[in-house]
Amino acid sequence: MEFPDDLRYTKDHEWLRREGNEGVVGITDFAQDALGDVVFVELPAVGATLAPGQVFGVVESNKTVSDLFAPVSGRVIAVNQVLRDQPEHVNVDPYGAGWMIRLALGRTEEVDALLDAAGYRAHIAREQGK
Amino acid sequence: MARRTPLFDAHRALGARLVEFAGWEMPLSYRGAAEEHRAVRERCGLFDVSHMGEIELRGPAAAAVCQELTVNDVRRLRIGDGQYTVFCNERGGVLDDLIVFHLGPERYLLVVNAANTAADYAWVRAHAGERAEVVDRSAELALLALQGPEAELALRTLTALDLTGLRPFAALEGSVAGVRTLVSRTGYTGEDGFELLVAASDAPPLWEAVLEATRRRDGLPAGLGARDTLRLEAGLPLCGTDMDETTTPLEAGLAWTVKLDKGDFVGRAVLAEQAARGVTRRLVGLELAEPGIPRHGYPVWRDGAAVGTVTSGTRSPTLGTYIGLAYVSADTAVPGTPVAVGIRGRRVPARVVARPFYRRMRREE
Repeated sequence: MEFPDDLRYTKDHEWLRREGNEGVVGITDFAQDALGDVVFVELPAVGATLAPGQVFGVVESNKTVSDLFAPVSGRVIAVNQVLRDQPEHVNVDPYGAGWMIRLALGRTEEVDALLDAAGYRAHIAREQGK
Repeated sequence: MARRTPLFDAHRALGARLVEFAGWEMPLSYRGAAEEHRAVRERCGLFDVSHMGEIELRGPAAAAVCQELTVNDVRRLRIGDGQYTVFCNERGGVLDDLIVFHLGPERYLLVVNAANTAADYAWVRAHAGERAEVVDRSAELALLALQGPEAELALRTLTALDLTGLRPFAALEGSVAGVRTLVSRTGYTGEDGFELLVAASDAPPLWEAVLEATRRRDGLPAGLGARDTLRLEAGLPLCGTDMDETTTPLEAGLAWTVKLDKGDFVGRAVLAEQAARGVTRRLVGLELAEPGIPRHGYPVWRDGAAVGTVTSGTRSPTLGTYIGLAYVSADTAVPGTPVAVGIRGRRVPARVVARPFYRRMRREE
């Protein structure tokens, strides 16, 4: 399983890639693997304002429905419309074509408070050890 | 502790993702449910369905007991024939759906759902009393399902049995890859295919041989994930999800199995009355007009009024559409009727469509 070093992570298994004052958000390789084949992704409207931890959408596999949580605060400036008809990108390329939303970051320091790749790996190891 | 089939080690060696289902630890998928689904639709796929139960009835009254417990007519079966049928309770509610095979003189084999095996066995025994010998053979038998348009081509390489001459639901006993097997032309995918019933101890070598034949046709081992989306596209109801003791086979779209004129059977009185009056709700197919997954328990609306409930749903891997099964009021159960499915507080437009959602190309007869 891959957890790129240039991303930040949440304990809820989202990732965030910072690009200047913007952040791209998706779910991790671990999350997509746990879900199984993703069959539907529900995303917010462009313009929506999110607080850290706020539910911004839903990802569904045949097995389960899971909420998506905003890693940081921000305003949604783009959503990945391709996922509407091709949700399988979340499985195939979770850090690329499977991206979900692009945020105009509210407070960039919130990004620094997220887990780095090593911290996220340790978090998964603890969760699996339970 | 979940039970394991005789093929558990084979699944683990293949790297299967495992899931608990009906008290069994079963493969959910190997490489991915979508890919396995496609393999079955386009070529072939091999499933372990050994969690299914097998109950045998023997004795002079075996046929009579089957006839009294099931809605279909077992007298239509010649030796070697199988038949899809339903166990109902006295209220006409569905206890289980099953296939009955007429194995030999005074011998019938009932292949039942894993979740219901123990209850079915108790039900059949209680009903048979001293009239027939009832044996739960589930632990001593394993069941493989090879499904897909190329299933016959794959299986043909392993057996001298006349597979081409094997009619749907019929069974033949003989050697497959050197293993004594009951081969039936049955399945739960909407494709052509076979189910292979074998002694549990013979299951691992048979699995290996059939898997190799499957792979030679670019087929894949397939898990319960693909099995569920395949059966849903084929419009086949899942017992316990799409029908249960509160629904009748007439409501579930299984009227074709109910032979009211065959003589008395458990549930007949209620079903006859329902058939005469007409059902008030029906299990129908739904197709959503926009992306969304209709899930078990979601409400169905029509012109602002609640008219039913979803029982199953998925994104159809073959069609790319969002489909479901739902019980709706009889006047709504007309293909083309516009409805809406309540998904997390939103009403997603949908319409009633004919089942199955997917129909295979039949070979030239």
